[in-house]
Amino acid sequence: MLRIIAGFENPDAGAVSIDDIDILPLPPNRRHANTVFQNYALFPHLTVFENVAFSMRLKRASRKDVQLKVSDYLHLVELDGQADKMPSQLSGGQKQRVAIARALINEPSVLLLDEPLSALDAKLRQHMLIELDSIHDKIGITFIYVTHDQQEALSVSDRIAVMDKGNVLQVGTPYEIYESPADIFVANFIGETNLFQASVKAVEGELVDLEVPELGDIRVTTTCPVSVGATVNFTIRPEKIRISRAQPTLASEYNILQGTVEEPIYTGFQTKYFVRIDGTTTMKIFKQHINYTDEGPDIHWKDSVYVWWHAEDGYIVEDRPQ
Amino acid sequence: MKKHYGLVYTTPLTVWITLFFVAPILIIVLYSFLQKGLYGGVEWRFSLDAYRALINPVFGKVTLDTLAIALVSTVLTILIALPCGLYMARSRHKNLLLILIVIPFWTNFLIRVYSWIAILGNNGLINEFLRGLHLTESYVPFLYNQWAVTIVLVYTYLPYAILPLYSTIEKFDFSLLEAARDLGASHMESLVKILLPNIKAGIVTSILFSFIPIFGNYAVPLLVGGKDNVMLGQIIADQITKTRNWPLASSISMVITVVTTLGLAMLMLIQKRQADAQREEASRAAEFARNGA
Repeated sequence: MLRIIAGFENPDAGAVSIDDIDILPLPPNRRHANTVFQNYALFPHLTVFENVAFSMRLKRASRKDVQLKVSDYLHLVELDGQADKMPSQLSGGQKQRVAIARALINEPSVLLLDEPLSALDAKLRQHMLIELDSIHDKIGITFIYVTHDQQEALSVSDRIAVMDKGNVLQVGTPYEIYESPADIFVANFIGETNLFQASVKAVEGELVDLEVPELGDIRVTTTCPVSVGATVNFTIRPEKIRISRAQPTLASEYNILQGTVEEPIYTGFQTKYFVRIDGTTTMKIFKQHINYTDEGPDIHWKDSVYVWWHAEDGYIVEDRPQ
Repeated sequence: MKKHYGLVYTTPLTVWITLFFVAPILIIVLYSFLQKGLYGGVEWRFSLDAYRALINPVFGKVTLDTLAIALVSTVLTILIALPCGLYMARSRHKNLLLILIVIPFWTNFLIRVYSWIAILGNNGLINEFLRGLHLTESYVPFLYNQWAVTIVLVYTYLPYAILPLYSTIEKFDFSLLEAARDLGASHMESLVKILLPNIKAGIVTSILFSFIPIFGNYAVPLLVGGKDNVMLGQIIADQITKTRNWPLASSISMVITVVTTLGLAMLMLIQKRQADAQREEASRAAEFARNGA
């Protein structure tokens, strides 16, 4: 998709416009879009300075302008002292920043980022993500950011388009995408979830009673219209499920299930449980350790537990229209 | 103990190069300063005669002619080799194309030159064709002039130019061209500013691999060249086999060596200048960033 916007490939159908101007007939060098390539694509024979200055030199900018602007942009990406280094002398994160400065100096209307952090290690990725976000805040132009990392997508985006096999499945804010996924693919792809097929038993306004073969009867609220007898997909996010060994006393809007802990995975800030419900299916449950005295670490392998969640936390997902 | 192994490993090569490369060159240098023997060979007396003989207008003309043919042939060779290498490096049939480039080496060089005579000759392929079309009644004299020499030289040394170009272009990351286009370069600009500098090593190698053998070439001008455009290589051969003036042959060889070395030095100097200029610009910018703003 980025290659189409940048102009390296032609779409079979459709239009691409920037600032209401159709850019499809334009060659890549005449489009107001610049790309940060996945492998950075820094010019190995040029210094950091000349890499960033490349587009200005093409426009035959005066030497003074070039020096002013290039040092500005190197400052923006915090590479002030690195101007005379060659790309091969830089670390991954630094190369990344040169690529960003080089793309931004052209003052494009749109910056295209093609999995820009995929070549970096986890720590650096986190750091660059925040960095990118703050650069975006300073520059204020549109960033189009392609990534397979849904965590990355959720953390930096204003709007996300979830794509599968060339189709856009859903466009929305990170909150919308995560909390109200448009279909099973989106629900599965963004974050982790428990997904079941169910049939509708009864509808009472927004409250719906479902029959889930693996779980039994489940209550859920929904805003989309469903009819009794219809087959739907029911999803519940693992972090919205509570877990304890003692039986809780709860109102009828709560769903309570009994199960056995198959696998507790302690990760510090939370514990992930895989709980087998009635010997038929496994549910993922994430328990945040909000207090030191949390019960979390005390729930062990093979423990018999209760899991529950509020009807509002469950969600009905439509099948993907074929 | 360990140190001695290096010596052991390099000895065969050192002996080989000394025996068959350094020694012959030293002999040529030495001979060029000796007096010529009556029936070939040399008299062991120091003399500058061989160099004095070079200072004459006929020799000057031959040198310039040779230089001109060598330069034109080299430029043509590189201009043809570049797109070939570029195409080969991006082709899906790399190995097949490589074999096609190497195939001419399996045939004797003289036979290949004679096949050019068969193509360009007065009763050759092209003239037959032209006569068939009634474009000419007798023939067009393609052979025995500097253009025939140039064509055959380009043909002969093209593989030597393509192979090093191919191997450097193959390592070139073509996504860099897309990056350049993305940053506003036209197709041509991206090739000139990004591709060429990155395959410079290959181009320099190709130039050397074609210019050096072309400049000293002897067989091609002998077989397809005319009487009026003799090349230095032929004169050297004549001095050794016919005139039997070995010192003169040696001093002419020295001229070829010196001209080639000068050209090489110039290439290296230009390259160093460019690298320096770039580094200077960057450090000036760095200083500017520190002091200014």
